[in-house]
Amino acid sequence: MSRYFVRRILATIPLMFIISIFVFMFIHLIPGDPARTIAGLDAEEWQVEAIREEYGLNKPIVTQYVDYMVKLFHGDMGESMKSFTPVSELIAERMPQTLKLVFAGVLWAPILGIFIGVMSAIKQGKIFDHVCMLIAITGLSAPGFWLGLMGIQIFSVQLGWLPSGGLDSWKGFILPSFTMGCGIMAVLARYSRSSMLETLREDYVRTARAKGQKESLVMFSHAFRNSLIQVVTILGLQIGGLLSGSVLTETVFSIPGMGRLLTDSIQFRDYAAVQGLLMLFALQYVLINLVVDLLYGVINPKIRLD
Amino acid sequence: MADIQKNEQQQNTAFESNYIDENIKADQSSKAKAFVKKFLKRKTAVLGLIIIVLLIIIAIIGPYIAPYQYDAYDYANALQGPSAEHLFGTDHYGRDIFSRMLVGARLTLGVSLSAVIVGAALGTVLGLLAGYYGGIIETLVMRGSDVLFSFPDILLAIAIVAILGPGIINVLIAVMVFTIPSFARIMRSATLAVKGSLYVEVAQSLGCKDSRLLFVHIFPGTIQSLIVNFTMRIGSAIMAAASLSFLGFGANVTEPEWGAMLSQGRNYIGIASHMVYFPGLVIFLTVLAFNLFGDGLRDTLDPKIK
Repeated sequence: MSRYFVRRILATIPLMFIISIFVFMFIHLIPGDPARTIAGLDAEEWQVEAIREEYGLNKPIVTQYVDYMVKLFHGDMGESMKSFTPVSELIAERMPQTLKLVFAGVLWAPILGIFIGVMSAIKQGKIFDHVCMLIAITGLSAPGFWLGLMGIQIFSVQLGWLPSGGLDSWKGFILPSFTMGCGIMAVLARYSRSSMLETLREDYVRTARAKGQKESLVMFSHAFRNSLIQVVTILGLQIGGLLSGSVLTETVFSIPGMGRLLTDSIQFRDYAAVQGLLMLFALQYVLINLVVDLLYGVINPKIRLD
Repeated sequence: MADIQKNEQQQNTAFESNYIDENIKADQSSKAKAFVKKFLKRKTAVLGLIIIVLLIIIAIIGPYIAPYQYDAYDYANALQGPSAEHLFGTDHYGRDIFSRMLVGARLTLGVSLSAVIVGAALGTVLGLLAGYYGGIIETLVMRGSDVLFSFPDILLAIAIVAILGPGIINVLIAVMVFTIPSFARIMRSATLAVKGSLYVEVAQSLGCKDSRLLFVHIFPGTIQSLIVNFTMRIGSAIMAAASLSFLGFGANVTEPEWGAMLSQGRNYIGIASHMVYFPGLVIFLTVLAFNLFGDGLRDTLDPKIK
């Protein structure tokens, strides 16, 4: 058990290393001279040179990377090229809004998704199943930002029940939470349905039925618990994706979170902020997946053996 | 004597190959028939296919059947709701939204389709090589996919557009890169599965060249996974491209790209919700069609998953 944990934790180190190179290289991948791009097309040569000096772009690339990493480990993500405040401060300021949003999505969507999926599997082929799967594929295909905008149109503009932006009151959470969670609910409903169907075909389920166990007990204590094993992985991927999904939701509802910061920073060519945010988004995704994998080891003893 | 033997051998092999060819042909045509029959039973998948065919026809003839010039300004009729003259209403410049959508079908579908085709081709080759050769190639491809996967959802596409700058061609590149890792992963595992089969071993022991083995023997065995993933990815590519345009990173505002139209409509949601409603609805239907079709294909090709 502990060997599996240690191995899995160690495996993320090279991945984080490569991600850090990727994010670091980001600024160098900009076509042309990055210093010229940052300074602007009409900047004087001395200004470009100053930028090059300031960001260490004239040093050998390995030195630049080492400098960048040393700073990063000290929590220093550099200075915003737009507002000249440290990027870490900018992010810290925006983070609560995004976390609230993610929380609002996580709160209901996975539970409802798994519930719908499991019930559909139990009632496979019945009307309930068809309706649920229709809802799921609709949720999967409808652009979240469009649903959000239509929500604003109906509930804010027409009916005036809910605010069209911001997270100031509990009412403000309803539409963004719906926008964030819709896709996750749909994905989880589909996965837990097929996972449950697969488990229902297992021998141990047949055995339990043959023993004459109550159907509800067979469903929930034998089939459902085992079908969850597969669902956990998808759940992790989905929750990890929520943070980046917040980019669109924050734009729709004008919420000043990290996603909004990312799009604004890209538009203002504030590369230091973009770099910091990308690093953070990737880090959280890798960490959430690590946690999920460890959790997976706990609920599925088979995986620990190989 | 040797000549006669050789001749006989040749005749034998010729006979055998003819015999086998005919058998295979008969087998394949009956397989194809069975496939079509099974597929047609899935009504939602057929519906998806019909919508896809309609969309492709619109993409081809769109500009010729558009009732108005897609870029004709008509300020007197700006922001008009749907009517007999303007089926989907007009936008803030008085341009006919229905005409813009007809003309834009080419752009929206073209960008997503070409991005997925190129991304799928690259990912497939990488996955085949990784699965077949293993070793350092496999490590590079798989770790590379891991890194790309660490930027979940559209975050990777956003990061790429951040590097390259906004514009429709850059959206195409971003969606293409975003498509590569999923194909690389799926094709690698499909290759691994086929690689172990007897016919590949036989071909190998007969001294078949690596390139021939890969593309003639292994590749056809993986084609099912390829087709299913391809159809599914088109849906997500359309969604990703629309999301990028919605965030303002995609098509120019003058271009009739569906995501960009939706993005502009956002500013008028209070007074002209049709500007958001129609482009979003069409994006939704398009993605839905590809998802329904992909689901049907998967269920038909792989009866294990239901």
